Amino acid sequence: MRFLEEQFHKVAPLFGKGGKFEKLYPFYEAGDTFLLSPGERTKSGPHVRDSLDLKRTMITVVLALLPCTLFALFNTGYQEIRATTDPTLGPLDVNFARALYLGLLSFLPVYIVTVAVGGLLEALFAVVRKHEINEGFLVTSLLFPLTLPPDIPLWQVALGIAFGVVIGKEVFGGTGMNILNPALTGRIFLYFAYPAQISGDLVWIGDSANWVDGFSGATPLATFYSAQGDLTQMAYSWSDAFWGFVPGSMGETSAAACVLGAFILLFTKIGSWRIMAGCVLGGLGMTLLFNAVGEGYHDVPFHWHLVVGSFAFGTVFMATDPVSASQTDTGRWIYGFGIGALTILVRVINPAYPAGIMLAIIFMNVFAPLIDYYVVRANIRRREVRLGLQ
Amino acid sequence: MEYVNIIVKAVGPENMALAFFLGMCSFLAVSKKVDTAMGLGLAVVFVLTIVTPINSILFNYLLKPGAMAWASPELAEVDLSFLGFIVYIATIAAVVQIVEMAIDRYSPTLYGALGVFLPLIAVNCAILGSSLFMVQREYDVGESLAYGFGSGVGFWLAMIALAAIREKLKYSNVPPGLRGLGITFITTGLMAMGFMIFGGIKL
Repeated sequence: MRFLEEQFHKVAPLFGKGGKFEKLYPFYEAGDTFLLSPGERTKSGPHVRDSLDLKRTMITVVLALLPCTLFALFNTGYQEIRATTDPTLGPLDVNFARALYLGLLSFLPVYIVTVAVGGLLEALFAVVRKHEINEGFLVTSLLFPLTLPPDIPLWQVALGIAFGVVIGKEVFGGTGMNILNPALTGRIFLYFAYPAQISGDLVWIGDSANWVDGFSGATPLATFYSAQGDLTQMAYSWSDAFWGFVPGSMGETSAAACVLGAFILLFTKIGSWRIMAGCVLGGLGMTLLFNAVGEGYHDVPFHWHLVVGSFAFGTVFMATDPVSASQTDTGRWIYGFGIGALTILVRVINPAYPAGIMLAIIFMNVFAPLIDYYVVRANIRRREVRLGLQ
Repeated sequence: MEYVNIIVKAVGPENMALAFFLGMCSFLAVSKKVDTAMGLGLAVVFVLTIVTPINSILFNYLLKPGAMAWASPELAEVDLSFLGFIVYIATIAAVVQIVEMAIDRYSPTLYGALGVFLPLIAVNCAILGSSLFMVQREYDVGESLAYGFGSGVGFWLAMIALAAIREKLKYSNVPPGLRGLGITFITTGLMAMGFMIFGGIKL
């Protein structure tokens, strides 16, 4: 560490004011603060600052995402082995190392393209606009590939992350100033621009050309829709869906891994428990409403809704994005509740989209500032009444 | 149920502001503050809800080819649909005038805040647009009422959401070339993606 520190101090003047690489200062700053604790003093008040800065926050989210990522590697490989040899193979029957290897083959190219293209754009903006290269991108660049199907063409990955980073975040001034979740913005852009590669039954397991005959590749969510909620026709059991041994976007299948991530986020108080609780309550309320009025798909019980599709993943990692979510406590409840309710609503009565959580989150992102506005206004009014001003 | 479908469609996938980009002038100009956006949005809901069914009645019983058959059989051949634009605009202008007087009477602050944009509702393309869509899609009077109300609500929702976002964007560091209307247009496009959530809902 000492050696590293000395090296950093040695090159520091090159990047400072008037230095040779002054333009590349954001790179130096990113490396410096990522590896070491810089000894900079605050120039203006407040002088005492929380040690939990943006970097620490974002790194914690990356840590919380690790279970999902690791599971994604295994499950992507496992699904591919299963689909190309014997669809009845259980998760313990396959060669673990081979599954991981196949998973890496699917996930790694997508991840590398995401980091390369997105990182380049982020760095470009940082240099030109003189802001820091931010750890926020680490989260975006990990979330984005996790929401994609395994065999997605890499140029689409590049296009999606470019749209997410530039239009979703950088045109607003970078991390902390965007209004929509950048990873989801890129994902939705791809979804509407190239639906063939990101929806349907064929894309959720890799290597679809070599599947065994008669294997459908349908996700549990798609099965729900085609079977109109008839639970006896499900190809996967509830515990399969809970642990995540089902086809789907690479990182979203396992509710268990998401719960683990949720524990990390909640324990470190990085993610808002109000948003997560609101989401689950909203989903529960909507499900009970549908259960009461209808049959068929309306009658799917809530514990199924929780584990299929990306309800868990979206609730834990996407909805709790501190930038694009509501900033007030009451607002967080409303915001979360809206996401949960809209997700189930879209799932059950909107045949156009099998899963609604990404659109529900973006929709509530749009309304988050409005919710905050009225929550703050209500608070001002309450205090005015208390002081007798009204 | 039919009516609910029309309303949901008009709010979401066929949102006046976000899908057809109608009424952009007031949508962009009055969405700087939530309060004024709220006022204008509600005025638009009100005007649309009244104007669309009135125009529907006029179209179905006066203007449509053969619509005058109810008056006397000799008029069954008459086709007045070429008068459509003038008649719709006249209705809109009259209703807007009434709304303007009402707001002036009951909320002078809002009247002052809305300024010139209130009379401009009369030439807001979203309002004329809803009358023309109503004709094109052959809605009857009840459906036009639902459609007018739905597109008004869609416009209002989009407008107050945009206004709140723009108040938040004051603290953003937008590149100089995009400040003002540029970033508002981009925001509008991103909002349109969010409103796609209702596309395809059938009850």
